[in-house]
Amino acid sequence: MFKEVILIKNGELALKGLNRRTFEEALIRNLKRTLTPFGKISVHREQSTMYVNSDDIDWNEAADRVSRVFGIATFSRSCLCEKDFEVIKESAAEYLKEQLSECSTFKVEAKRSDKSFPLKSPAICEEAGGYILERFPNLTVDVHNPEITVTVEIRANGAFIHGKPIKGAGGLPFGTSGKATVMISGGIDSPVAAWMMAKRGLQLSAVHFASPPYTSQRAEEKVRTLLEKVSQWAGEIKLYIVPFTDIQERIRDDCPEELFTIIMRRIMIKITQRIARSNQSSAMISGESVGQVASQTLKAIACTNDAANMPILRPLVGMDKEEIIKIARSIDTFDTSILPYEDCCTVFTPKHPKTRPDLHSVREAEAKLNIADLMETAIKESRKEFIGK
Amino acid sequence: MREIYLDNSATTKVSDSAAAKAVGMMKECYGNPSSLHTLGILAEREVGAARAAVAGAISASSEEIIFTSGGTEANNLALFGSAEARRRRGSRIVTSAIEHSSVLESAKQLENSGFEVVFLQPDRNGNIAEEQIAAAVDERTVLVSLMLVNNEVGSVLPLSAARAAIKRSNAPALLHCDAVQAFGKMPVSVKSIGCDLLTVTGHKVHAPKGVGALFVKKGVRILPRQFGGEQEKRIRPGTESTPLIAAFGQAVADFPDLDASLDNARKLWQYAKERLLTIDKLTINSPDDALPYILNFSTNSLRSEIMLHHLAAMGIYCSSGSACAKGEPSHVLKAMKLSRTAADTAIRVSFDYATTFEDIDLLVEAVKDGIAKRGKY
Repeated sequence: MFKEVILIKNGELALKGLNRRTFEEALIRNLKRTLTPFGKISVHREQSTMYVNSDDIDWNEAADRVSRVFGIATFSRSCLCEKDFEVIKESAAEYLKEQLSECSTFKVEAKRSDKSFPLKSPAICEEAGGYILERFPNLTVDVHNPEITVTVEIRANGAFIHGKPIKGAGGLPFGTSGKATVMISGGIDSPVAAWMMAKRGLQLSAVHFASPPYTSQRAEEKVRTLLEKVSQWAGEIKLYIVPFTDIQERIRDDCPEELFTIIMRRIMIKITQRIARSNQSSAMISGESVGQVASQTLKAIACTNDAANMPILRPLVGMDKEEIIKIARSIDTFDTSILPYEDCCTVFTPKHPKTRPDLHSVREAEAKLNIADLMETAIKESRKEFIGK
Repeated sequence: MREIYLDNSATTKVSDSAAAKAVGMMKECYGNPSSLHTLGILAEREVGAARAAVAGAISASSEEIIFTSGGTEANNLALFGSAEARRRRGSRIVTSAIEHSSVLESAKQLENSGFEVVFLQPDRNGNIAEEQIAAAVDERTVLVSLMLVNNEVGSVLPLSAARAAIKRSNAPALLHCDAVQAFGKMPVSVKSIGCDLLTVTGHKVHAPKGVGALFVKKGVRILPRQFGGEQEKRIRPGTESTPLIAAFGQAVADFPDLDASLDNARKLWQYAKERLLTIDKLTINSPDDALPYILNFSTNSLRSEIMLHHLAAMGIYCSSGSACAKGEPSHVLKAMKLSRTAADTAIRVSFDYATTFEDIDLLVEAVKDGIAKRGKY
């Protein structure tokens, strides 16, 4: 048995100058929060590297969780052993056995920050490399382009050995960019938008509009499942379910059919904005992508944007459907998103929606609706729940 | 809010006696029926009693009953098991376009593997005519598979015509009957139907989900679909699900007098139909001579899914024809050539022994209420 640790190299964070300390502290907090349910851990920093230590955690589980913590460029599972060269070379061969037997070329890299260690770096490489060559006849040395680099770091508190680095989730640590509220329908786009903004360090709340009996309980369940998946990266998400039936019926009955969708979206934005302010969000998040559907033409986006006086973040705005689906698959929301339940966006969809609505007539039609009281009621009667953890 | 469950053709509530039986089998009589010791023998005895109960309910004998995981597995076993066994004697299969998906999809698979499959089309009422069956069965036919009662509209298919057609054309055909919706609701006899294979399932008759049975007439050979031990005459090997099988047997032993219940259901059905027809634009999709436990109607005013959610909010549970506006309408209503509006606004209610006239009154009021509040199709 080896004593294991996880070494984290936090790419983008290093660039943050004076803020770096804040970001690193946030990352440490997030790591602790994520990993504590699986074992007793401690995290410490040394230069640009963070060390996750634990005596009782399952390291496979830990590595899986760490790969979903934002703010980490790459990390390595590493073995920690005493600074005795015999032990080091045997540990390297043994700890990296699986990776080494799958590769055909390798090299050894040594970093010696503890200058009292008797062997100098080139000597460590040569000796350890020779030993590994002997143990693994499938390997040859390639110093320029090896399939695997065995890294030996001699530090004050021991010798660390690791193989291939693992790609982290990237982005910025959770919560370091403030709060935002995402509008989530249950389709493919909104969970991806939520995930992308969480990656930029935002803490999320979510708003879902439910229109029973036009929409089913299953549509709500679907939203919970989607947010559950996003929360594996984004931490706990506060979900507001807003009853929307009366408002949709009022719009259907009292506004020109071709403007139905655009006015509905404006009302959704107004309600979301109210909820966003009440939970200290500084922005809203939407899954819009220019030209994707009638309500997402540039003209239509301009009309909906007009209803907001807080920034609306649209991380998918320039992406193709294919690119969005690729992310949806990678965060495992795609298969849930395509379940065929009616959602608020498809209820009463007009046959011929305006693709180039004119802001003036939209405002006019909306004013005639006299919908303020219904909006108040919807906000007051929205249900709040917590998703994730 | 009182719960009014009118979705008994989807599944039923497990009866107290069946549930108690299953628990007893799990906690006390938990032996493997194949074991040689006392616990094994006790479990085997329970499975035997259940087998006798199911056999008795369809006028078959115990050795003709193969327990399965439910109707879908029994239908798959019936179609593949018999078609593959008779492949050398002919290549034609006759079935209908309104069968359950477990028959339809199996038939389509057999079509892909080289069989010629005839899907008989129903009329506007969901009926299949005797002449259609007679015309479709020829001397190359190896299998005729028809349901006794259609699950969506309740039409009763003329199985006896299929038996006659097979005889007349001297076809080497087996007759399979999917009796899932008829079992426990009307008298079902393999002898009077004259079938070789017949499917029943537990969860439509107040037993748990996960158990069903295929009747295989003595002397009829079908090929297994899975391989393993000696259980169920090697046609369906695998350790018997003793809790579910025993509960199934219990539920069948508890069947009330089917004729008397049927008379009662007929009155309810007629009443429901008359009351529903007082609603403007509403049309009935079930034929007049449907099994009176299933009533299918279209409001032609409010999409099925919305009506379903509206009714559910009032504690009334039933089924819709189509899953969702994005989904396709039901293959049965489509085959009946209903208008798109009728298919999109169809609702199926299905009764059991406990349904009352008061339940029907509440249903009709709730449907009216839904149309008044949300009806703008």
